[in-house]
Amino acid sequence: MTSLVLLEHEAGSIKQPSRSAVAAAVQLGETHVLVAGLGIAAAAAAAAKIPGVAKVLVADAAEYDHAMAEPMAALLIALAPNYSHLLAATTAVGKNVMPRVAALLDSQPISDIAGVVDADTFVRPIYAGNALATVKSSDAKKVITVRAASFDPVAAEGGSAAIEAIAAVGAPSISTFISAELSKSERPELTAARVVISGGRGMQNGDNFKLLEPIADKLGAAVGASRAAVDAGFVPNDYQVGQTGKIVAPELYVAVGISGAIQHLAGMKDSKVIVAINKDEEAPIFQVADYGLVADLFVALPELAAELERG
Amino acid sequence: MKILVPVKRVVDYNVKVRVKSDGTGVETAGVKMSMNPFDEIAVEEAVRLKEKGVATEIIAVSLGVAACAETIRTALAMGADRGILVESDADLQPLAVAKMLKAIAEKEGPGLIILGKQAIDDDMSATGQMLAALLGWAQGTFASKITVEGDKLTVTREVDGGLETVSLNMPAIVTTDLRLNEPRYASLPNIMKARKKPIETIKPADLGVDPAPRLTVVKVDEPPKRQAGVKVGSVAELVAKLKNEAKVI
Repeated sequence: MTSLVLLEHEAGSIKQPSRSAVAAAVQLGETHVLVAGLGIAAAAAAAAKIPGVAKVLVADAAEYDHAMAEPMAALLIALAPNYSHLLAATTAVGKNVMPRVAALLDSQPISDIAGVVDADTFVRPIYAGNALATVKSSDAKKVITVRAASFDPVAAEGGSAAIEAIAAVGAPSISTFISAELSKSERPELTAARVVISGGRGMQNGDNFKLLEPIADKLGAAVGASRAAVDAGFVPNDYQVGQTGKIVAPELYVAVGISGAIQHLAGMKDSKVIVAINKDEEAPIFQVADYGLVADLFVALPELAAELERG
Repeated sequence: MKILVPVKRVVDYNVKVRVKSDGTGVETAGVKMSMNPFDEIAVEEAVRLKEKGVATEIIAVSLGVAACAETIRTALAMGADRGILVESDADLQPLAVAKMLKAIAEKEGPGLIILGKQAIDDDMSATGQMLAALLGWAQGTFASKITVEGDKLTVTREVDGGLETVSLNMPAIVTTDLRLNEPRYASLPNIMKARKKPIETIKPADLGVDPAPRLTVVKVDEPPKRQAGVKVGSVAELVAKLKNEAKVI
């Protein structure tokens, strides 16, 4: 029984959510990984250093450059006969590719697992994390996405797996990548950050998100937002923490002007320490916060920035 | 061009779900049910394409218990033209749903199928991608903007870290993200009109699909509850606690 994990990479390194997917895979047995893209020798070398990985398959070809679902699924299908489990992190890429793979294997995907019980049985959140379902698969091959926040990522260094180049497989040219507009940020990614500070509807407008920046800078934090703030147009959708956005579990989560709707809690309640700053002392966010500060955020944020500056 | 829009009946997003005490699932008896919010966005997008003259007919499909006809009625009131109900009391999982939708797509020949990116009950986020795979079509998942140009579909997708734009050959699959549009409320005259629109009822066997689930639910638990912590009186106290007590900064 061997698992294959689709890794995501960026600038020659393996993304942290993918290392969480490896952590889930090693619980199942021998683990191989797949790195696909164009000009990815550095990423392949990085993958080989991940402890617990026995083999790295490398598909270096133009059609995998943007991790489009159609060619990526075709590649995974070609490799599937050798594996009992195919896994990826629950990311935009994993969610796009893995169900496509599952359908072609006549397998019901097991999305966003938060726990491995045995080779057939997994725990996954349903209803925005308001319930945890333990499900047992009867399919010969399991196709799985892994909730990164639920598995501590394996280390980036320490292993020395064999690297094997594999040929690209043909895929119908039915889709073409045109462009990407990625938000430029010096800050860590939301799903990988040790500290996350998020703003909600209480921020009142997009400009006020600047109040979070000195604090984020001081703490090395990623900046997030509630769905309400995204819906109101304050910040782009990729800031969204919640059931319909990103699931995070940092060491410290600071919720500012966020009431604590179920949909938001679903995205952050596994954080180690939660701080809430809200002027409404009845806000549901206080029911999950370790430290609550009832205060006007427009007073509290500059104070917090100054206090952290003082050191 | 026809557009097919699958719509799912789910527990309303405002309902706080409760796990049944016997651990077999969540309580759905007597609970308000509604159309999955992402599917409302899908219906809205189809209606807008029809209003622009890009689409000629919108077919709303729902799969599940007889009451799913109400969900189809909601889509018809928003502007869909007719409905198909695949009636089944089975626990329909995305693979079976995708197979049944494939059979319907092959019969109806739509140029576009628009689905919600995920249902808010099982949170699988799989049906659209699986349907695309089974049909051999391209997929534009998590769409925040779509444009039809001849036989090509341009889709702007919400991805980690920003947006990505892809061009797909049609027919194609789109799954909707939040910012694609803001769904309309059905007007009273349109709700009345929707009552006269046809809904065809069929069974999974009519589509040649075995709806048996592949995933067995062993049990459903309540997630561990977080305890509320303490209120602090000032920013200085907060910083001191984070430093000395929680030791996270």
